[in-house]
Amino acid sequence: MLAVLSVLFSGLIFGIGLSLAGMLDPTKVTSFLNILGKWDPSLGFVMLGGIIVTTLGYFFIFKRGKPLFEKDFDLPKKQKIDKSLIIGSALFGIGWGLAGLCPGPVIASLAFDPFGMFLFLLVMVIGLKFGNVINKLL
Amino acid sequence: MSINWTDFTPMLSSLGGILIGFAALILMLAKGRIMGMSGILSGLLIPNSSTEFLWRSVFVAGVIAGPAILINFDLINIASTPVASGLLLYVAAFCVGIGTAIGRGCTSGHGICGLSRLSARSLCAVLTFVISGIITVSILRHVL
Repeated sequence: MLAVLSVLFSGLIFGIGLSLAGMLDPTKVTSFLNILGKWDPSLGFVMLGGIIVTTLGYFFIFKRGKPLFEKDFDLPKKQKIDKSLIIGSALFGIGWGLAGLCPGPVIASLAFDPFGMFLFLLVMVIGLKFGNVINKLL
Repeated sequence: MSINWTDFTPMLSSLGGILIGFAALILMLAKGRIMGMSGILSGLLIPNSSTEFLWRSVFVAGVIAGPAILINFDLINIASTPVASGLLLYVAAFCVGIGTAIGRGCTSGHGICGLSRLSARSLCAVLTFVISGIITVSILRHVL
């Protein structure tokens, strides 16, 4: 129960963080990517704030040796920088630049634009499924 | 290049980023998991067990509830102006989905959690999607 509540709390804080940060505004997101035009550096501050807190916190959490409600940490095992990492990230960047939306904000935006965002989410999920199939073939 | 001072929100964006960081810490401390939205969604589509399904759906519910609470209690005004419409919007959605699946992560997973774990893979991913995003926006705004 406590585990589920912690996860719910994490999601809540993530959703509130994204809202305050301005990440739910595609115009703001693309203004960050628009370095040749009128550049809005705000998203850099989102990343910086997030990374400082997470780097420090992770250090102490990993030092504990195990999470509170699981036997072990479940971390990505892959170390190698491969073609799929680069091609996938490049494709994601194209979508991110076109619509100013990445997966977290898509979910959070369901709060105020359920219909429009649901369609986006649906196509995004089809893309995710497709990608997972490709991952199995590689 | 010039700075868009009117829309620049260093304080709010830093605060938002700090909260996103705390969310990532809570998930790692409680469940030992990376807070990556694309990964959490992916796992929701093919759950290995019912407990996997439970925590993932609870997390998603929380992410929606966060802004819903802010709006409901009129705490902040969440601006959201779309930049794409029609076919382009859905091309974008497909690219985001397939790209984060093949690249195994998005802005939250690679950008916040991966970089904070000092993962070389995540650094490559972030540099790639930011540069690719910059090229995309530059072509849309300054070439076409």
